Amino acid sequence: MTSNGSAGRWSAGVIPYAEMGYWRPDYQPKDSDILAAFRITPQQGVPPEEAGAAVAGESSTATWTVVWTDRLTSYENYQAKCYRVEPVPGAEGQFIAYIAYDLDLFEEGSIANLTSSIIGNVFGFKALKALRLEDMRIPTHYVKTFQGPAHGIVMEREYLAKFGRPLLGATVKPKLGLSARNYGRVVYEALRGGLDFTKDDENINSQPFMRWRDRFLYCMEGVTRAQAATGEIKGHYLNVTAGTMEDMYERAEFAKQLGSVIIMIDLTIGYTAIQSMAKWARANGMILHLHRAGHSTYTRQKNHGVSFRVIAKWMRLAGVDHIHAGTVVGKLEGDPNSVAGFYDTLRKDKVAADPVKGLYFDQEWASMPGVMPVASGGIHAGQMHQLLHYLDEDVVLQFGGGTIGHPMGIAAGAEANRVALEAMIKARNEGRDYLKEGPDLLRAAAKQNRPLDVALSTWGDITFTYESTDTPDVVETPTSV
Amino acid sequence: MRITQGTFSYLPDFTDEEISAQIAYALDNGWPCSVEFTDDPHPRNSYWEMWGLPMFDLKDPAGVLYEINQCRQAYPDQYIRLNAYDARYGRQTTALSFIVQRPAVEPGFRLDRQETADRQVRYQMHAYALDRPEGDRYTR
Amino acid sequence: MTERLGFGMRPAPNGDAAAEEEPAVATLPPDARIDLARERADSHADEVLDALDRELVGLVPVKTRIRETAALLLIDRVRARFGIDSARPNLHMCFTGSPGTGKTTVAVRLAELLHRLGYLRRGHLVTVTRDDLVGQYVGHTAPKTKEVLKRAMGGVLFIDEAYYLYRAENERDYGQESIEILLQVMENQRDDLVVVLAGYKDRMDSFFASNPGMSSRIAHHIDFPDYTGDELEAIGRLMLAREGYSLAEEAIPVFREYLDRRREQPRFANARSVRNAIERARLRHANRLIATAGEVGLAELTTLTPEDFLASRVFAAP
Repeated sequence: MTSNGSAGRWSAGVIPYAEMGYWRPDYQPKDSDILAAFRITPQQGVPPEEAGAAVAGESSTATWTVVWTDRLTSYENYQAKCYRVEPVPGAEGQFIAYIAYDLDLFEEGSIANLTSSIIGNVFGFKALKALRLEDMRIPTHYVKTFQGPAHGIVMEREYLAKFGRPLLGATVKPKLGLSARNYGRVVYEALRGGLDFTKDDENINSQPFMRWRDRFLYCMEGVTRAQAATGEIKGHYLNVTAGTMEDMYERAEFAKQLGSVIIMIDLTIGYTAIQSMAKWARANGMILHLHRAGHSTYTRQKNHGVSFRVIAKWMRLAGVDHIHAGTVVGKLEGDPNSVAGFYDTLRKDKVAADPVKGLYFDQEWASMPGVMPVASGGIHAGQMHQLLHYLDEDVVLQFGGGTIGHPMGIAAGAEANRVALEAMIKARNEGRDYLKEGPDLLRAAAKQNRPLDVALSTWGDITFTYESTDTPDVVETPTSV
Repeated sequence: MRITQGTFSYLPDFTDEEISAQIAYALDNGWPCSVEFTDDPHPRNSYWEMWGLPMFDLKDPAGVLYEINQCRQAYPDQYIRLNAYDARYGRQTTALSFIVQRPAVEPGFRLDRQETADRQVRYQMHAYALDRPEGDRYTR
Repeated sequence: MTERLGFGMRPAPNGDAAAEEEPAVATLPPDARIDLARERADSHADEVLDALDRELVGLVPVKTRIRETAALLLIDRVRARFGIDSARPNLHMCFTGSPGTGKTTVAVRLAELLHRLGYLRRGHLVTVTRDDLVGQYVGHTAPKTKEVLKRAMGGVLFIDEAYYLYRAENERDYGQESIEILLQVMENQRDDLVVVLAGYKDRMDSFFASNPGMSSRIAHHIDFPDYTGDELEAIGRLMLAREGYSLAEEAIPVFREYLDRRREQPRFANARSVRNAIERARLRHANRLIATAGEVGLAELTTLTPEDFLASRVFAAP
């Protein structure tokens, strides 16, 4: 070969990724490209551009050395391109690398394929100390290859005939050990008292103390009795999570046969199983609730893993109707700005990039229905004004302990939550400054409602103010210098 | 028994002023309102009778309250609800819906059970009100 | 009055909560003193009255009646703070006068004024004629009239040429049905809207003669006199100034002559005829400039000359 560049590029051996075409600062991403923002922490001595190029390479066509078989392909098309690397303000040694992937790299409608490509190998890469997938831009071209939520927020509301307020739920507690008959009692009491939903916990599947079929039978007795007692549609998230798809289908079919409006799965079943269940849920008219079991193992640390906003995006594509997405004020991790970003990602049709909310890209959902976020974990009626302020109306607020632990009983606990919620919605609609007046509004409502009065005196002052670990890098919009 | 459909069933019944405040909220959001009534409170009864068409282009709650009162006069023994529709792209559904009149006595529902094989029970919700003919369900 | 303010009355979309809760303030003690000037300033009513003065030439009796109404409402508000419970004044009105005498403009300002003084919740104006209220078939009139009434609630319903609602020659005319609904709402929902009937004085008088129920529910009859020659001229200059024109010195008497002649001719519509005269003068002015095809400057572009008026057929008449 006479041409220098060509000879250099294809000589056997190891050359930097940046020189193999994975670093392309001049590249203009196409509308149809899938874009990813990675937070990279390169090893000592590795330049950030090379690290970004390496991530692009390892998540697309490259391997550690030059292979001549590349030259049998239109490789430029398949190479991911790192087109920008920016230092993270206030975080020494961390950079955000922006990488563009051609649409051809991915199979249509497959979260498994998308994730195998983008987070498949690269997270163990030695050139990096740590790597985190912060956000992705899914182009409309790819969005349209997915089913999306089996029903979505609008259809769920119409199906349940519940409008103008957040929905209320509770997880049956204790998580483990209740017999099926006692378990159904909790369902009945909570729904009769005023909740819209009750829920199996993520690890309630089919254990020796309570097999799934028995649980389903007793829960549906509770649900139906509560419907007759209130004249309202009620539901219990029957968790169909199991060891095999066959088991899950069997349980879901049984839930359907019993007249349940909703079933539930755990994130631990895997992306393909989730997509399968989403397809089943649409075909069978069942709302699909997803518990994000296990996500914190990879979403919580800021320098390594996958941000929850990416998981939220994947799950909207995969087709669930509900997903747990943080409470801001409860017992689990949740910075207000990050959580606002998750909620926008799940609910809006067009989501604008917003560094304050940790959103790196504009995302266009092309009319794909929204996913109802679920706020669960250490929340109680005394926080109703804050919950409404941070989370707005399209959300399921789940008060597990806050319902079942009520001194006057489960139904009273449920009633307290419903009264607090309706009072807050009423005040908001009347134009009151409900966030500021929240405690007063609750006390006023409690004067007419004993269960709420008792709830406020039991939990009124409980807060969980710990520092968040997963926060956007920009807290305020930076002023120009 | 008190059926708890609607946005505000757990609060004491609203006065006309409180209803007007909610209507004002809907109108300020650009949501047209409509009034519906029924004597069949089954939660799967999606289509209550329409008291006229949805009211578009109103500026003030008094116009909606006027129709609520007309409907109350015509059907003093039935359920009446107020709906507000959000016609925005991507929404296009009911935004707010609450009961503004209830019958003096709400007899509620009976749960009929049919025992079948495998311990399964088939349930049916039966509204006691429906034991009487239409139009005569809540009069005493 | 206390219960009215809780009634979704938000002064502005972003009105503060404090303003809403104002009525909850306890009754003033009998020896309290109130600064009327301050009350007046707080209501911002003067801005509307001043706008009325600016916009409309003449009409002194009309403006006086509007000012009196504003004063009454302001004093009623102050009286209420002492706990004096006076009945809500009836403000349904009748505006009579020839076309172009400013009835609609006054109605717009009236609606705004009543809103600022807390009499109306929204303060918009809905203008209708018989066609908007009366249907052509059995069963159409009631829903049409109710629809209009509902739209007007919170503001002012202005019924132009209201006498067309009543047709003496046809007993079964649907207009009668509309009148009955109007009467009912005017009586029972005074809190919710103000109705203004408008039209020529003589025809309105005979309408009231045949509809005593309507007559008795209208508390205020306001007559809009035809404009004098001087007033018409002032109106014309005001309109010209707004459009960025002025009259050449020698055009001033011509314009006045035009107005005096026009007044004597049929279908004269006061300010509206002045507006039309100016529109046609603008046409001739533009045409004249194009025809001369020379250079023009600011002066030529903004000055109307005698020939822009003299070409009118008004001058052709004997």
